[in-house]
Amino acid sequence: MASITIRDVKKSYAKMQVVHGVDLDIATGEFVVILGPSGCGKSTLLRMIAGLEDISGGEIAIDGTVVNKLEPRERGCAMVFQNYALYPHMSVAQNIGYSLKVAGVPAAERTQRIQAVARTLELEHLLDRKPMALSGGQRQRVAMGRAMIREPKVFLFDEPLSNLDAKLRVQMRSEIRKLHRRLNATSVFVTHDQVEAMTLADRLVVMNGGRVEQVGTPAQIYSRPASRFVATFVGAPAMNILEGTVELDGLSLLGGSRRLAMARAGLPVGSKVAMGIRPEAARLVTPGTPGALNATVDLVEELGAGRVIYVDLDGAPFSVMTSEAVHPEPGSAVGLKISPEDMHFFSSETGTRLDVFKASVPEPAL
Amino acid sequence: MVERTPFLNFFTHVILFVGFVLCIAPFVVVAIAASHNLRDVNDVPMSLLPGSDFWLNIKTAWTTADLGPKLLNSFIMAAGVAAGKVIISALTAFSIVYFRYPGRTLIFWLIFVTLMLPLEVRIVPTYAVVANVLSPYQAILDVTGLSWLIEKVSGVQVSLSLGLLNSYSGLIMPLIATATGTFLYRQFFLTVPDELTEAARMDGAGALRFFIDILLPLSRNNMAALGTIMFLWAWNQYLWPLLITTDQSHATAVTELKQLIPNVGGIPEWNIAMAGTLIVMLPPLIVVVLMQRWFVRGLIATEK
Repeated sequence: MASITIRDVKKSYAKMQVVHGVDLDIATGEFVVILGPSGCGKSTLLRMIAGLEDISGGEIAIDGTVVNKLEPRERGCAMVFQNYALYPHMSVAQNIGYSLKVAGVPAAERTQRIQAVARTLELEHLLDRKPMALSGGQRQRVAMGRAMIREPKVFLFDEPLSNLDAKLRVQMRSEIRKLHRRLNATSVFVTHDQVEAMTLADRLVVMNGGRVEQVGTPAQIYSRPASRFVATFVGAPAMNILEGTVELDGLSLLGGSRRLAMARAGLPVGSKVAMGIRPEAARLVTPGTPGALNATVDLVEELGAGRVIYVDLDGAPFSVMTSEAVHPEPGSAVGLKISPEDMHFFSSETGTRLDVFKASVPEPAL
Repeated sequence: MVERTPFLNFFTHVILFVGFVLCIAPFVVVAIAASHNLRDVNDVPMSLLPGSDFWLNIKTAWTTADLGPKLLNSFIMAAGVAAGKVIISALTAFSIVYFRYPGRTLIFWLIFVTLMLPLEVRIVPTYAVVANVLSPYQAILDVTGLSWLIEKVSGVQVSLSLGLLNSYSGLIMPLIATATGTFLYRQFFLTVPDELTEAARMDGAGALRFFIDILLPLSRNNMAALGTIMFLWAWNQYLWPLLITTDQSHATAVTELKQLIPNVGGIPEWNIAMAGTLIVMLPPLIVVVLMQRWFVRGLIATEK
């Protein structure tokens, strides 16, 4: 049980800086997921917490103790690796018990603790097998067992589910979640899979280009993305973005073909703004309905429970997700209705969220 | 693309068979010659039908050349060299692959350069060093004037001397350093996933612990392959044992075979010489047969 404090942590390799000053507080017992595209520095950050990478700048503290200079074994972290990293020549029991053996725990106590961990993970019947004779999911569980047996202060997961097939991934996901509820240990989980991130996280950290873009609960991240990057990265299909320009009494969209009447709330006339609308927030209506946008259907993707309808909105691509039983033909005209509260605005220059529009005008009208 | 037709199958088997016969024929001739008596072995041409004196010849060769202790010497030397090479090369490769320290590249290239300096090239300096292991230190003391100083101050004349001629250490140690083995290990260590190293670090294992608990067990096929090759290589060494064993008690079987080769004008006992050859060839053969399974695995494939 431990809290982790990360203060202005930086990492550079030779001339390349990959992590640019990250600040993060992780509370005791919290399950934090770091989400980001590959190369965003999320794994590097995790490995710095683990002690596998040197920290180029800033400070990491576990339970109030600065661990920058400590060896991995002195930090009280356990890690689950992407490729499991099981010792191929050792049996499952030896793999799980290796850290205890290194620590000089007597054989009798070791066996007892291995048994206890194996019982929790339902590995009892596999203890004598070698990793090569195990399936992917079983290997994954052994890797978790190896982390659990040390009763670490902090669990670190480095994309542990990405080598599993889809079905097993969902199953292991809920097992990790259950395990966390039982052990209640502070956990940091790195992934590039947003579904994994959303379902597992108490709190989500979205990273991009070595910086933290947003920290919040999955619901906060989804409903109030702090930047254009977060908005388009979280959610599938991705959020639609319409580029616009601020005018005297509103917003000109789609190269001037649409106008959104609203007060411009201090933004200089002519500044560029991006409007984001989630595909699941737009509603399909009959074309010509007052206040609706007219569009042409390009493509319909059947998902079983719903459909993603890709439409052409005055030359801009736009997607709509609907669970209604509508099946518009490609080429036909549809109307789109979007509520003002579902519109997100971002600065085109910095990508940051702009809340000025909503605050100033309760009901903008297209 | 491998084609499979009856004709090609037949053809390839013929080639294989010819190759096999070419390889095995000298050994067959040796075995047959070893079974003849003195008169038959000197017939021209020699009869290729086995004679009846095989065991007698073996026994004579064994006692004449005193092969019992010589085989033991050979075995101690070959096993010592093989074990030494395996240990030294594993340690060197471990240092080169897993540690970052100044001069690492230099050391790597120094090892590489020794590939170009086989024992035959450096045999005179090597002999000089083995004759007195401390002579380089003596030289340093002399050149720097330290021995002169010590003599002036204490009145003791400095003369360091530790000879290894006619000893097992003298036989074994100069043959142990091996670039080939180091590279074999290096290649293997490079295939060990980084995550395994990191997992061991997270589990709290230090460098030496990781080496002993993880790397060595994983490389046992490598060890078998290297050990086998080096055992054969050391067993067949001729020049070095000949040079440094002036005393019979440390001579090896391979060098002692010459005792059996008839002198000009002596009795042409080629049957005895061939019998002795057969005896000396046997131990390496046994080693290869015993180690074959691991040996082949270590050379061709890494475990999944």
